[in-house]
Amino acid sequence: MSRSSRRLVSVLAAATVVSALAACGGSDDGGGGSSSGGANEASAPGITEDTIKLGAHFPLTGVAAPGYSEIPTGLKAYFDYVNDNGGVYDRKVDYIYRDDAYNPSNTSTVVNQLVLEDEVFAIVGGLGTPTHSAVVDFLNAEGVPDLFVASGSLTWGEDPETNPYTFGWQTDYESEGKIIGQYIAENFPDAKVGLFLQDDDFGENGEKGIREYVDDQIVGAERYTPGNTNVGPQIAALQAAGADFVVGFNVPSYTALSQLTALQLGYKPQWFYSNVGSDPQLVGSLLNRFSQGKVTGSALLAGAYTTDYLPTVDEPDNPWVQKFQEIWDKYGEEGELTNYRLYGMSMAYTTVQALQAAGQNPTRDDLVEAIEQVGGDWKGPVLAPFRYSEKSHMGTSGMSISQLTPEGSAKEIQGVMTTDIGDAKIKEFDGKPTTPTENGIPDEEPYK
Amino acid sequence: MSDLQSPAPSAGQVTEDAPTVATAAANAPSAAASTGRSLLPQSTLLRHLVLLLLGAVAAVVLLEITDPFTNSQLATLSYYAIAAGGLTVLTGMNGQISLGHGALMAVGAYTTALLLQEPADALPLPLILLISVVTTTAVGALVGVAAARLHGPYLAGATLALAVGLPGLAVYFHDQLGGEQGLRVRAPRAPESFESFIDLVSGASASSTKWLAYVGAICLLITYFLLANLVRSRIGRTWRAVRDQDVAAELAGINLGAWRVLAFVVSAAAAGLAGGVLALVVRLAAPSGFTLVLSLSLLTAIVIGGLGSLLGALLGSALLVFLPPFVTDLGTGSGLSSTEAAQLAPFVYGVVLIVAMIFAPAGFVGTIRMRWLTQKAKRSAGRAAPADSSRG
Amino acid sequence: MSYFVNVTLTGLTQGMIYAAFALALVLIWRSTRIVNFAQGSMAAATTFIALALVQAGWSYWLALVVALASGFVLGAIIERVIIRPVEGGNELNAVIVALGLFVALQAGIAIVFGSSFQSFPAPFGLEGFSVGDRRIALTPNGIYIIGAVIVTMLLLVALFRFTRVGLAMRASAFSQEVSRLLGVKVGGMLTLGWGLAAVVGSLAGLLIAGGGFVYPAYMDSLIVFGFVAAIIGGLDSPVGAIVGGLILGLALSYISGYAPRGSSLVTISALVILMVVLLVRPGGLFSSTTARRA
Repeated sequence: MSRSSRRLVSVLAAATVVSALAACGGSDDGGGGSSSGGANEASAPGITEDTIKLGAHFPLTGVAAPGYSEIPTGLKAYFDYVNDNGGVYDRKVDYIYRDDAYNPSNTSTVVNQLVLEDEVFAIVGGLGTPTHSAVVDFLNAEGVPDLFVASGSLTWGEDPETNPYTFGWQTDYESEGKIIGQYIAENFPDAKVGLFLQDDDFGENGEKGIREYVDDQIVGAERYTPGNTNVGPQIAALQAAGADFVVGFNVPSYTALSQLTALQLGYKPQWFYSNVGSDPQLVGSLLNRFSQGKVTGSALLAGAYTTDYLPTVDEPDNPWVQKFQEIWDKYGEEGELTNYRLYGMSMAYTTVQALQAAGQNPTRDDLVEAIEQVGGDWKGPVLAPFRYSEKSHMGTSGMSISQLTPEGSAKEIQGVMTTDIGDAKIKEFDGKPTTPTENGIPDEEPYK
Repeated sequence: MSDLQSPAPSAGQVTEDAPTVATAAANAPSAAASTGRSLLPQSTLLRHLVLLLLGAVAAVVLLEITDPFTNSQLATLSYYAIAAGGLTVLTGMNGQISLGHGALMAVGAYTTALLLQEPADALPLPLILLISVVTTTAVGALVGVAAARLHGPYLAGATLALAVGLPGLAVYFHDQLGGEQGLRVRAPRAPESFESFIDLVSGASASSTKWLAYVGAICLLITYFLLANLVRSRIGRTWRAVRDQDVAAELAGINLGAWRVLAFVVSAAAAGLAGGVLALVVRLAAPSGFTLVLSLSLLTAIVIGGLGSLLGALLGSALLVFLPPFVTDLGTGSGLSSTEAAQLAPFVYGVVLIVAMIFAPAGFVGTIRMRWLTQKAKRSAGRAAPADSSRG
Repeated sequence: MSYFVNVTLTGLTQGMIYAAFALALVLIWRSTRIVNFAQGSMAAATTFIALALVQAGWSYWLALVVALASGFVLGAIIERVIIRPVEGGNELNAVIVALGLFVALQAGIAIVFGSSFQSFPAPFGLEGFSVGDRRIALTPNGIYIIGAVIVTMLLLVALFRFTRVGLAMRASAFSQEVSRLLGVKVGGMLTLGWGLAAVVGSLAGLLIAGGGFVYPAYMDSLIVFGFVAAIIGGLDSPVGAIVGGLILGLALSYISGYAPRGSSLVTISALVILMVVLLVRPGGLFSSTTARRA
């Protein structure tokens, strides 16, 4: 009931936007500067007096849809919540996400549609390295802010001169590899380390980071190609190499596959899964039902290490999780709050911070400048600060390390450490854990 | 690109074909040729030149009256249609099925991408596309030689494995070919003459989207012009003979294998150009852009459009480009969430394929042409003998 | 040495899974001369039905029976409603209809069951057997898969070779006109062929899913390997499907296990293996017909 009426509202809102755009014709060429008056103006493409249009591409169908297709539902739920609570400068956020089926050709088409037809103000959360690679040049050439790419590739943030409009968000894979590598070097100096890597930039960057610390401990590095579901040879090779500590830079489905294969082989190393592959809720539920009770998933994964840059749904006492749960229950689609949705909601939180900081009547360049100027100071669900500045558009760099318990939750065993790509040192993060505001909506000052 | 089909234009008038070839030519399915028999010139080449000119004017008008997003969709349409045009030569004219043309497009796309890695000192764009065509043609010849021995499901299986296997090489040679994340492509800027041309025609801004749409349209027109001439030439008639009357053709001294390879080579050339245009339009050559879905989409395009007809290949490609966003927007417009609407698009697409094949088995063009022919036959039959109407 | 054994055993199990898929393709090819590209989606549909039942508390075996039965019904309905109108026409049209069905069914599954990962139970254990003090990559569930595929293959061979129905099915596929003259109900045979093939396909889907996870597109990667296995075997022979599956499964496992970065060479290797087989024998290893003309 309430959902369908909300839909009607958003349809009406979309209709108003279209007519408003049609009415003001050619006034969407970006300029204007923020006049300091109190009234809302249509200050940029995608911004009207009462709406802000944002867009994104996600795999909603096909092989990559499981899991990833939940992220935009989290973003949408949070934006709907903000809209019902005054919006951003009294503007409602209209979040349009389109399906690219994880195919770069489709990404190119849907982003063209978002920018040229829907005329979004910014892209928020476009997912995937190959997919987003297809549109990053176009977005930067058109001057469309390309916020918070949902991928830990270094491409998005390391070179703001080439891609001034693109920003990363999550911890990049190389920094994650470094933090994992240092932890192993300090706590398991005698371990024979094996690497289980996805054969792309994800595995590659992770491997680079780890090797900076434990290069001499590594006894084997095995790569799998996504889509090839037989990882028997790879796991058997790690076993044959005598690895007793395996670090996986893999996606969740391959966490489950590697666990099953290891079970088959009677191979019991210490496991350490990178953040991407470790979603204990998902992997645990996958493993749980495999054998009608003969194998319990959480027991299989128990003792495995993982990294975090966000709170997760298995921490029901975390104030952020509580707040997001509350919002999801009221504004979410069918289905539970998952870590994917939590990821989406946290990203939406950062987006609202950025929109608030950009000022009442921002241009696209104002948004980018705001993130560069003040984005590094924002506090939110993300455990450690972002690295945003004029020189870097990298997202957060901090990660804590936790260990999975037999009950399927995670216990923190090392606090948040921060670092950066290249030869930056790893430092302990000295900030305090943050809590959400009363209503769960950020309150950032305009940056200028 | 004319090097591929140089014998084509003059061959149109040749008439000393073997008898079997001539009979096969009777069922010549050529979209371009059958449209305007009264207004257009008699000579095949001249007629196609006139159509080329009309096509060019239509393309300019279409690109100038539509909005930028439609421009970009038309650019997408152009690479689908180029590849589908080539495939219709192979499958429609020569009867060989290929589920692997997406892999050939990948060859063209990667060639273009590699040649554009240093945008500053890259070769001129036409030359880059030509090299892509030549490279793909070479690969196509290799595949064609292997494929000429196979038929039916065996050919289907082999080309299917090609579609999945070849793009995987980009992951293995990740240092040269960029691995899973692919090679980024920076399309060369539009020349100044293009800007002044657009300024002259419509006064609109000459954006890069528009420039790429024009590049696509030009490649499409050239390809279809060459293919149309080829199809109407002796070569085209021989292909149809190989398809329909292989025993007779072989008795007439036609080397079936060689002609099958030639058909594969020509369609590979088109796929290579399509791949090059794809790389420019998508701005990336990555394995995930050349999945099985692409190869299968091309096949559905030519069958739905009308097998063996270039116009059909164009219409079928248009369905691929315009149907999914149409359905998605319809879905969101009627209150579905974006996810539900996105799932609806492939569902509707699949149902359209099934329904079209059941109710219009000859495809758009074939069905319309059949209607037209039946009506004409009825009319002339009605004039000649108004009594007999027993046959339906 | 134990590495070699394990690579071999994982290849063996994987090969049996390809073989299961190939068997269904062979069956449909034998009975209707159509390559059913929708096989994967049809199997996924019945697997999801079984999953829904298991999640509702049914036993694996009961769910299996229901899934196989619904597979039969699904196959028969599809043949009657969708395939019948294009049978006997241009063979490409049948291919396109099957592709349309493949896309539509997969989307339909996503709409009905959602597109998230779900785990599917295995009826037997997933821990490898112990040999001496080592475990090897052969599990009770693996034995179940291998056994189920071989039994199915034997049943199919028996059906075609020793029963009147099997003979009638082969005859209908071979020549509809002659079969009709001989009193065979050709329409019924075609429907039966699709129904049975869908049962085998459903079984393949369940075997593949067991002890793994399912999502609407989970069969996608198997369509190619299953088809390649069927073609290697000759597309006409149930024994060939098993041999083709085994050759492919073992070869790909060795390449994945012994070539550097072998996992990324798996798809291209499937192409190479297929081409080598077809260059030597253009009709596959077990083709009964000698070189037919196009």
